[in-house]
Amino acid sequence: MMNKIIEIEKLVKRYDSKFELNIESLGIEGGMIIGLIGENGAGKTTFLKSLLNIIPVNHGDIKIFGKDIKLEGNFIKEEIGLVLDNMFFPEVLTPKDIDLVMRDVYKNWDSNIYDQYLSNFQLPKSKMIKNFSKGMRKKLEIATALSHHPKLLILDEATSGLDPVVRGEVLDIFLDFIQDENHTILFSTHITSDLEHIADYIVFLDKGKILLNQSRDEIMDGYGILKCDTDSFQEIAKEDIICYRKNSYDYEILVKDRDRMKKKYKKFVVDRVTIEKMMVLMIKGDRI
Amino acid sequence: MRIVISNSSNIPIYEQVQQSIINQIISGELQENDILPSIRSLAKDLRISVMTIKKAYDELEDAGYIITVHGKGSFVSPRNLEFIKEQKLKEMEEYIEKIIEISNQYQISKKEVLDLFELIYGSEYDE
Repeated sequence: MMNKIIEIEKLVKRYDSKFELNIESLGIEGGMIIGLIGENGAGKTTFLKSLLNIIPVNHGDIKIFGKDIKLEGNFIKEEIGLVLDNMFFPEVLTPKDIDLVMRDVYKNWDSNIYDQYLSNFQLPKSKMIKNFSKGMRKKLEIATALSHHPKLLILDEATSGLDPVVRGEVLDIFLDFIQDENHTILFSTHITSDLEHIADYIVFLDKGKILLNQSRDEIMDGYGILKCDTDSFQEIAKEDIICYRKNSYDYEILVKDRDRMKKKYKKFVVDRVTIEKMMVLMIKGDRI
Repeated sequence: MRIVISNSSNIPIYEQVQQSIINQIISGELQENDILPSIRSLAKDLRISVMTIKKAYDELEDAGYIITVHGKGSFVSPRNLEFIKEQKLKEMEEYIEKIIEISNQYQISKKEVLDLFELIYGSEYDE
């Protein structure tokens, strides 16, 4: 369970515009759900596409399941289920057609499992995709991604644009998938509430760099947001402040080691963090 | 097994899971050698992360409440009722020491402390 299934060293992807994805080193353990978060344009999609050799990178060593993606990419693809932000199926196809196409694409394509997913998701087999709602399309893509027995599921914004009920269904599928401890999910999202419960690890990208890479428990149980009025801000020791935001009436300060901070600053409120709150503070907040 | 998780609580989720299981061991709902759900299936049912449940189980194991047999699952360890009682008594000792400390500090007599104890303990059990 503790082996690294994704290993990245010195990954650099530069665009003509100023944007640069720059990841010094990142290892991802198998058997987990890893959530990739960051604001729009932080580099989430670039990261996932670089990882899978879909776009060329300037520099970097990437191994998935111990194999170099540039040298053995095709082989690895069999073991990865992929759902990207925009649908790649032609609109005139039906789920039944996709079954026929995929039989030729994947060696391990399993029509029985595919049918099972279609009926679980209540997707009509013979209806053209152009008549599908957004939620139905997403579910179809996920069904397709899961039907060739992948060990790693990679999804880019798979839950955005879906209503809470469908999102809940998708999260259930994720939890079903990792019942097998050899399975791993890496998914990017800006809907951080989806991650707050089910993600084991959170990787936070900002401006092409990793700002944070920690377990959910370390984040949710460790960090806190200390609130104090504008006059009391000087009472907070500088070394306790990760970053802060000044509002009209108070300061919000991101702190580590919440329990210790509660004891140290008894007169102030130290709230639990939500990933969203933390993300906003770390991106928009000031540092000392 | 019943586990209720509050997301608004200040108690970390792994601790809530841990405490629910301990409570059920104490109340006898979970008996010696009862098998606990697997980490992954419990994570799924509670819709929380696998690592969180793993942490709860690891700590329960370290504290002696459960035993994990690789490939078979996690079980409620035998003889733990006595063990739990012992632990709880130790915990109570610490509180009592604290009470004595306060009473010494503010010159509150032993009798006053015992009366107070009698009052609170009595009223809780009269009902």
